Formats: sequence, C-alpha cells, structure tokens
Amino acid sequence: MTDGAGNPAPAPGATVTVTVDGRTVEVPDGATVLDACTAAGVDTPTLCFGDTITARNVCRICVVDVAGSRALVPSCSRRAEPGMEIGTDTPRVRHARRMVLELLASSVDLSLTDHVEEWSIRYGADPDRFGPDAATVAQPVKVDNDCFVRDYSRCILCYQCTDACGEQWQHTFAIAIAGRGFGATVSTEHDVTLPDSACVYCGNCIEVCPTDALMFRTEFDLRTMGAWAPERQTRTDTICAFCGVGCTLTLHVQRGATDDEGDRIVKVTSPHGSSVTGGNLCIKGRFGAGHVHS
Amino acid sequence: MSDVRPTLVGVPVGLPVTRPRRDALLPALHEAHDAAGWLAPEVLDAIADRLGLGRAEVFGVASSYASFAFTPRSRRLRRVCTDVMCTAAGAVPPGADEPGVVASPCLGRCEQAPAVLDTEGGRAVVPVAPAPVPQPVSARTLLRRVGVVDPASLDDYRAHGGCAALAHAGRIGPAAVRAAITASGLTGRGGAAFPAGRKWEAVAAASGAPKYVVANADESEPGTFKDRVVLEHDPFAVVEAMTVAGYAVGAEVGYLYVRDEYPEAIARLEHAIAAAETAGLLGPDVAGLGVAFRIEVRRGAGAYVCGEETALFASIEGFRGEPRTKPPYPVDAGLFGRPTLVHNVETLANVLRILDPDGAAPETKLFSVSGAVDRPGCYEVPMGTTLAALLDLAGGVPVGRRLQAVLLGGAAGTFVPPGEIDVPLTVEATRAIGATVGSGAVFVCDDTTDLAAAVLGIATFFREESCGQCVPCRVGTVRQEEALHRLVHGRPLGSVAEEVQRLRDVGAAMRDASICGLGQFAWNAVEGAIDRFGVFGERS
Repeated sequence: MTDGAGNPAPAPGATVTVTVDGRTVEVPDGATVLDACTAAGVDTPTLCFGDTITARNVCRICVVDVAGSRALVPSCSRRAEPGMEIGTDTPRVRHARRMVLELLASSVDLSLTDHVEEWSIRYGADPDRFGPDAATVAQPVKVDNDCFVRDYSRCILCYQCTDACGEQWQHTFAIAIAGRGFGATVSTEHDVTLPDSACVYCGNCIEVCPTDALMFRTEFDLRTMGAWAPERQTRTDTICAFCGVGCTLTLHVQRGATDDEGDRIVKVTSPHGSSVTGGNLCIKGRFGAGHVHS
Repeated sequence: MSDVRPTLVGVPVGLPVTRPRRDALLPALHEAHDAAGWLAPEVLDAIADRLGLGRAEVFGVASSYASFAFTPRSRRLRRVCTDVMCTAAGAVPPGADEPGVVASPCLGRCEQAPAVLDTEGGRAVVPVAPAPVPQPVSARTLLRRVGVVDPASLDDYRAHGGCAALAHAGRIGPAAVRAAITASGLTGRGGAAFPAGRKWEAVAAASGAPKYVVANADESEPGTFKDRVVLEHDPFAVVEAMTVAGYAVGAEVGYLYVRDEYPEAIARLEHAIAAAETAGLLGPDVAGLGVAFRIEVRRGAGAYVCGEETALFASIEGFRGEPRTKPPYPVDAGLFGRPTLVHNVETLANVLRILDPDGAAPETKLFSVSGAVDRPGCYEVPMGTTLAALLDLAGGVPVGRRLQAVLLGGAAGTFVPPGEIDVPLTVEATRAIGATVGSGAVFVCDDTTDLAAAVLGIATFFREESCGQCVPCRVGTVRQEEALHRLVHGRPLGSVAEEVQRLRDVGAAMRDASICGLGQFAWNAVEGAIDRFGVFGERS
C-alpha cells in the first residue's frame, strides 16, 4: 500500500527520530520534514503549501539541508526518515530562500501575500536588484463573472487551485496549468472566459489561493473603491440553510463605515478542519448570501 | 502531515487518476496534429470529450509541448535548428515571413550543422542520411551493425549476430541475466551513471505487477546524436535489448519513448517491432521462453525536460511533461506508479554486448562529436579514452585554426579548456576537473567560435525548455538569460562584477533548489565560461 506520492503507508503508532539544527525530535511515522521542523519549534516559510491540498513542493521556499543529499530537499513533501539530519538555517538554505523570494517578488505581485515582508527581512531579499526591465507576469485582471475575479499577475503557480478544481476536491477540471516555462499560467481551455468554461463557481480555488490572485468579486469591488476594511470585519460561523448536507459557513461581515451604511457579508469561507466540508463549499454556500441583504 | 486523506467521495488524494486511457492523449494529439498541421480549439475539445478528460486539462497538456501549433500551419514543415552547435555553423532563425519554416532546438543532427528537418504530417520527407560513423567496423562494438545491416530486415539482423543475446538470456534464466548485468559494472549512459544492475535487481524484487521497461530515446541534450544513430541504423538491437530487460526483471510491457525530431527512427522502430511480433520475438510467448513482452512506441512532442525520467513517465501517462520529486524512485514507483526499469538507448545497447554468448567485448563509450573538427560524427571508443585522443580520431580542429574550448556534456555540461583535454572521458576523471561526460556530447569550439554568444544561446535554451513547475528554474532561467543578454551587449546593470554576482546568486539557487536536473544544471556551462574562460572579463 502506498500513498499518492508512492511512499509506503505509515505504520500506525510508530515514530521516527530526526535532528533539526542539532535538536533531536520525535515525530509520528509518515510525518514530513516540515512537521519535524515545526515540532522542533522552527518556523519554516511556505508559499505553495496548503493545509487541504497534497503538497506539490514547487515554490521551493521551504527547502532544507538534509545530510547526504546533494540538492536541497523540500520539507513540505519529503517524509521524515529515521536518523535524518536536517539543517534549516545553513548558508545554502538561507540563500535558496532569499533567491526564491527575490525571483518571485521581481516577477509576481506579492503585495497581498502573507508573511512576504517578514521573510524578506529575515533572508535579506532585494527583488529590485534585477532592474526595472526584469520580465514579470503582469497582465490585466480577468473580470468575467459576478462571483470572483482572477488576477494572474499575482499568481505564483502553486498548483493548488488546479488541484482543488481537479482530482483532489471538485473534479470539475475547469482550469489547468497551460503553456510552459515562464509563460506557464493557470488557464481554462483556450483561455475562454469562466462562463464559457466548465466552472461551477464552487469557489474552492479561492479558498486555497495563497496570494489573493483569486478574489471574491465583492472584495475586489470594495478594494477598487477603496472601501475594503478588514478592521471592520468579523467572522461568524453558521450552518448553510440551502440543503441537508449541513456545511459550516464562516460569514465574513464588514460593518458599515457609518451608522447609515449597513453590515454586509463580503465573503464566505468554511473551516478547513470541518469534517463536512474540508474547507470546500458549493456555489450556493459560497456565493449565495445575497438574499440576506434583500 | 499525511499524504493520504479521504476526500468527500472516498478516493485517496493524489492517487494517479485512472480514467480510461488517459495515456491515449499524447498519441491522439499527434494524430490530429499530423492530419491538419495544427490543433484547432474544437479538435482539442473533441479529444477531451472523447477521452473523458477536462477540456482545460487537454489544452494544458497540449500547450506544454513545442511541437504543436495552435494557429493554422501547413502540414509540410521545415524545422531549422537554431541551437548552439548549428548557430555556430551559421544557422539563422527563420523569418516570420517564411510559412512552414520554424526554428527548433537541437535536431540531433549536429554532424550536419547547420541542420534542417523536413516533415509532412510528422513523417520525414527526405531519405535517412547515411550513418555519421567515420570509424571502420573493426573498431566498433555497440555500433558494429550500423551502416552494415539493412535496418528493415530481421533476417539481416540475425545474420549479423542479432537475437543471440536474447537466446543466451533464455538459456541462463532471468536471475543469471541480472547477475551478469551487475557483474559487468555497467552504469547508466544517460548522464547520471547509476549502476544498472542495482536497478534490475530492485525492479525484479519489487512486489506487484505490472512492471514496465522504458527506453529513454528522448535524446535532446544539445550536441547529442549517438542514440539516433543506433535507433535509425540498428533498430532491432533496441527491441532485443528491451526484451531481454523485460525478461530479466519480470516486465511484460515496454515503452519506447522517442523524441519527435527523430521521425525516421520512429518509422524504423515501428517496423522492427512489427517484424519481431510476426517472428514471435514479441508477443504472448517471446521466442518460446514462456514469457510475454510487447513494446509500444511513444513519440515525444518537443520538450527537453521529458528526457528526465519522471517527466517522461508523466508524458507517457498523458500529463504535462513535469518532473516528479524523488523519492520515490522509478524502481519502486515509476510509470503509472509501478516498478519501472528505465534506461537510455546506449545503456540498452550495452546489454547486448554483456550478454554476447561469445563473451562480453571490452566496455566502450559513444560520443557525438560536432563543431570545429574535420570529421564530425558518432564515435565509439574504449572506456577511458582521453578527450585529446577522441579529437584526434575526429581529425582535430581544421588546419590554421586553434582549439579554444570543448563543450563536454551538452548544454547541461561545461566548457573544457585546451590545457585539460588530456582528461580520460570517464565519470570520475571528468568530475575531477569540474566537468562531466554527461550525454557524451562533444562540441568543439575553435578560435572563431564566439563563446559569449554560445553561453547566451545555452541560457536561452534552458529558459525555453523549463517546464515552469518550480520557481528557481522558471524564473531563474529568465533572470540568467536577461543578465547574459545585458553582458553580451555591453550594457551591464551596474558593474560587470555586480552582474556576474547576480548570475552566481541565481545559479546557486537553481543548482540547489530546482526539482530536476534541468534547473540544477542550467548554470553549469555559464559558470564555467565565466570562471575558466573569463568570457566577460571576470575571472574568479
């Protein structure tokens, strides 16, 4: 029996002992190197890694030094093996992380991506060093439906949206990686608009997007108007009333700027740990809150 | 933490999708493209619907291959090689006003530089060129039948020693075959030099069925054409070697993945497989040994990265040609997630040498010699022959010229200075001077070769061939090319030293943090050209 990556199934109850920066830690069999780092109290940057999608290890910011390995190892997907000696702060690791940040930030708009500023300081990243003419993925925002927008100038190609749309969650396959190299992008067939594609507007791609390249139309419009105000937002969990499945909804409500302006549901998510949804919803749960305001 | 997590429909996450015939996708794309010359949107959608795949997925797979056109193009096509070797020989990229003429990465015909390839509907339209093998037959082992036998005749193959290794294998049995491979010390000729015997034993010992044998004939390293010579001129040898391998490791199916730029090789291999089936050498009972084995030819579609074994598997399976993280290794989870023995064509050719019933001939190595030599071509020399001796065999640099450098190992290799050509061409000896045998590509640069332009060409090649999966390679190859472009044109960003430091920083990250060898080696030749040749006036 193997898992999707071809690794043998973990032995229940068994543990693996490794060292992280010289500290010995014990983790359950089947745990990743990233898990071991976390267990050792080491904060590891991750970008393409999500808690609801099988790790693709494509961004390479989580790489670590493993004794005996010529290349650095992606901690998010590599299983911890007995006796592994893991270095998380060696010069090679720091350099690779700095370069991933510089390469991404010089080509992609990371302004809405969490932790980038903090990590850039930690690793000394200077994306401007490639000059003003460095190639970027800048392109117009795709606004072609009422539910959500796609701003691929913010896309780091983490593959999470295509995996969520495809075999890992939704099985709709409306989007895939197209093209190759620096020209690779997330696309519908022939780059048709979402209404012309197989998209069912479940919004599960938005849920997993780490850079806000995918954004609720409500949020996008409010940001465009300069009216997006996280400091006035609260979250309330409830159960979706549309059908009998009973999905947990987290309503993100933005209080009006003045007493005259009412509260507004600006987006809807679902807890990733929910046993019913695993963070996923359908079009009604995700986008069907408009009637509350009517 | 866990990689296996039940989804809403109870299917383990990340298992290979087992839709019917996903692996029929690439052949279907080729068939449609051959028929029309390009892939219209409605054709792609029809293929998707027919195979039960998402339309976006099919578009995503098709658009990852350089061979496919997505706007109307004629079925008749002339590919002009614009890679480093052919550019040095005077190739010029076709203009936009030349319909049916397209630029191509290395066509694997470097001995003909500047090379072109004419096809119609994917098939070659000119006769196969004579084998570029300048050595006499008496000096060859792996190439002994090249240019001697009729590649279309199984009888002729047999008359020249063909099928003897398979018969010998049948007499001694699978375990003894594996032992012979292990005892021979044979190492993989694709570049990594991994001990072949360990792979054979591991696949044989792996539990479960089916298992696969894969021949990697996606010879795409610029400057390399040795495998093409074998494929075109001794196709039965490849079929026989794969059959022996299948017999020895317990695999019943073999895939022969050949690059799209080798249409003559594909035609001859398909003919050889059909002839072998008719003769009972392939099929439900191979040569009366009581085991089954069949071979499917799969045609690549213009992607250097598919020469990387896990990307090659993905390509056969109908996914984008993107490398997978190792471990797991192919011997445990390779093609379709099954135990797989994958070998380069030259490695397979050695299997027949080792299992020769008259005893194994001494070990040799194939080299593709191109550039500034009198007799470019494919050479077979005893293991340990020096680079200088190989250059002498090829006639040396033309009279009146001076050797400047040898690019050893192709674009992923490194430039060797004239003072170091006494190096024996072995993995260990070349490593000791900071070089690599790699694919066996030997591109000779004389004093008229513009090294800086060659380095920029190599950088362009890697940028164009990056699959785009991981950040260090996807963006790093772009930043490397940008910096080299500025340096070559004398417009560095800041000082030359700053620009070189920028290259070093990007290069180190590509080498350390890329997923596969493409990104890991994309800075090798550039680094060597800077450090050992001072191409930009900066020596460290």
